[in-house]
Amino acid sequence: MKKSNETNDKPGMFDKPENVKRLLVIFFTLTGLTLGIDLFYHKHAIFPWEEYFGFYAVYGFVACVILVVISKFILRPLVMRKEDYYD
Amino acid sequence: MINALPPALVLILGALPLIFLKGKAKGVWLLILPVLSFINLLAIPVGSFWSYDFLGFEVVLGKFDKLSLIFGYIFHIVAIISNIYAWHVDDRVQSIAATVYAGAALGVTFAGDLFSLFVFWEMLTISATFLVLARRTKAAIAAGARYFMVHVAGGLCLLAGIIMHVQETGSAAFGFIGLESFASYLIFIGVGVNCAWPFVHSWLVDAYPEATITGTIFLSAFTTKTAVYFLARAFPGTEALIWIGVAMAGFPIFYAVIENDLRRVLAYSLINQVGFMVVGIGIGTHLAINGAIAHAFNDILFKGLLFMSMGAVMYRTGKINATDLGGLYKSMPWTCTFCIVGAASISAFPLFSGFVSKSMVMEAAAHGELRFVWFVLLFASAGVFHHAGIKIPFFAFFSHDSGLRCKEAPKHMLLAMGIAAFLCIFIGTFPQFLYQLLPFATDYAPYTASHVIAQTQLLFFSALAFTLLLLAGIYPAEIRSVNLDADLVYRKGAPWLYRVCDKIFNGINDFGDRVFVQQFPAKLSRFFSDPARNLQSYGVRLLTEATGEEKTLASRQESAERRTRNLAYPVGGGVLLTVSFLAAVSLVFFFF
Repeated sequence: MKKSNETNDKPGMFDKPENVKRLLVIFFTLTGLTLGIDLFYHKHAIFPWEEYFGFYAVYGFVACVILVVISKFILRPLVMRKEDYYD
Repeated sequence: MINALPPALVLILGALPLIFLKGKAKGVWLLILPVLSFINLLAIPVGSFWSYDFLGFEVVLGKFDKLSLIFGYIFHIVAIISNIYAWHVDDRVQSIAATVYAGAALGVTFAGDLFSLFVFWEMLTISATFLVLARRTKAAIAAGARYFMVHVAGGLCLLAGIIMHVQETGSAAFGFIGLESFASYLIFIGVGVNCAWPFVHSWLVDAYPEATITGTIFLSAFTTKTAVYFLARAFPGTEALIWIGVAMAGFPIFYAVIENDLRRVLAYSLINQVGFMVVGIGIGTHLAINGAIAHAFNDILFKGLLFMSMGAVMYRTGKINATDLGGLYKSMPWTCTFCIVGAASISAFPLFSGFVSKSMVMEAAAHGELRFVWFVLLFASAGVFHHAGIKIPFFAFFSHDSGLRCKEAPKHMLLAMGIAAFLCIFIGTFPQFLYQLLPFATDYAPYTASHVIAQTQLLFFSALAFTLLLLAGIYPAEIRSVNLDADLVYRKGAPWLYRVCDKIFNGINDFGDRVFVQQFPAKLSRFFSDPARNLQSYGVRLLTEATGEEKTLASRQESAERRTRNLAYPVGGGVLLTVSFLAAVSLVFFFF
């Protein structure tokens, strides 16, 4: 029990801002790489738009932005109620 | 006859000893039972067994083909994993309910006729309700009651459809039905309730997050997947399913983004994943059906894994809202790792299980030139990564440090999660083992360069959007709240309905009571207390009113009354004579 407390109270990997920054840099680099690789291989697509440069990247990004914007600014004002709404 | 038992019976009868077993013995029995049942299943060859005659119809308890067998396998696997996870649970109600529940799911899966299928279908409802009720909180009991009502309504719809269908076709066999007659629509909708179709989905997001920690693992596996199995058997290629599935894949992700209760987030993403399966069944090609079934198989594992990891968090911290959690990666590193494996699987990362099945449905949609469907499914793929893939692990284990310090999940929970995580990666890496079990032979190859890169791009840029929105402060902060959903209709509507029914039916009741219980008998008894006089006096009054001779009314009434008082009617004598005559006649008949 004592031992587990000790390990729990040690600052974790993500408590240090420089680690978070390092992780973000790695992530952004990888993201760039996945897009860059698009130029170097032959695509087998069913729909024509799948062959456009970065189609999936743009779609994924735009889809998530739209998802969050609609959820936050349209859905939430419509459906959010206090926690005791049904009581 | 083969040397095995019907799969459903092994578990359902196996639940009986749980009434007496306690502690370790109970735990051990719960570990052995699904394994025994699995061995029993493996001993059964393809074919139809255990058929009996019921009211002139054939009841078949075991119809084994590739479609039912793959569901049988995964149901056993998840039952074994869930029972390991639930080792610590010392609650007879939960153990029995969960075991019967798994048995009922097998009963539906291997039913060869609609009658026995319906019996197991209802057994699913009842046992599942107890898994919700067993949490024994006020919210759980209310949610359990709502769960029960919705499923009973769906079950009745199914039953009505089955009876009409059997009447029309003269056969109770469970096979392809297709959407044609009114009966088939009733069956379709009845199954749709269990499948959590839009507008009848809210029981799922209402009840699953209120169920017990271990109960939710069972719940997430069986009810919706048996419905998917039913649709795959009875309604493959039904176009309506494509659009229903698209709606299921689409709308829940918006709710999942703003939901605070992390198990409820998973419940929404469960509907989203079942949407992919329903679309696949709707498309109906071999590739699409294979994709739907494979995805059901994988979903049971990764959704179970995610629910297990959130359950472990809840078990250790007592909290499940994103607003209360965060920073748990330090306290629960293993749970965190397994959760990330589940998240990667549901998001369909290459080498994880979702990748090898979701892509089959996507490709089937593309081959069918279903552009809109394809775009929505792609949107849903990005969305599911966003809310289940990132949001779940991020808010529970990272995000801000909530200050919560707890122990790692118990060993048996870690073992259960470990097995599920291993299977997710194993199937993702070696999909041919899963593909062999699918109903149609396939040479589908998920790992093409185009496919892997496209999916990786999609996911990385979804993650990029999440990261940037979070850093920019646009990402919606978690707020303690209730989000209205279709259950609003009955949660707020039910009291109204109650009031309306109260007015109408209690009004009719009141009216009936006043008129037929109080006034009418009183009048009758007054009348029959002296029928002759009353009749005469009424007749006299009518006569005088008609003729206008009102002067004579009093005297006529008086004479009527006098005749009555003097009993100047031979009624009594008449009755006596009649009775004597009847008695004489019956004696005559008796003796001669």
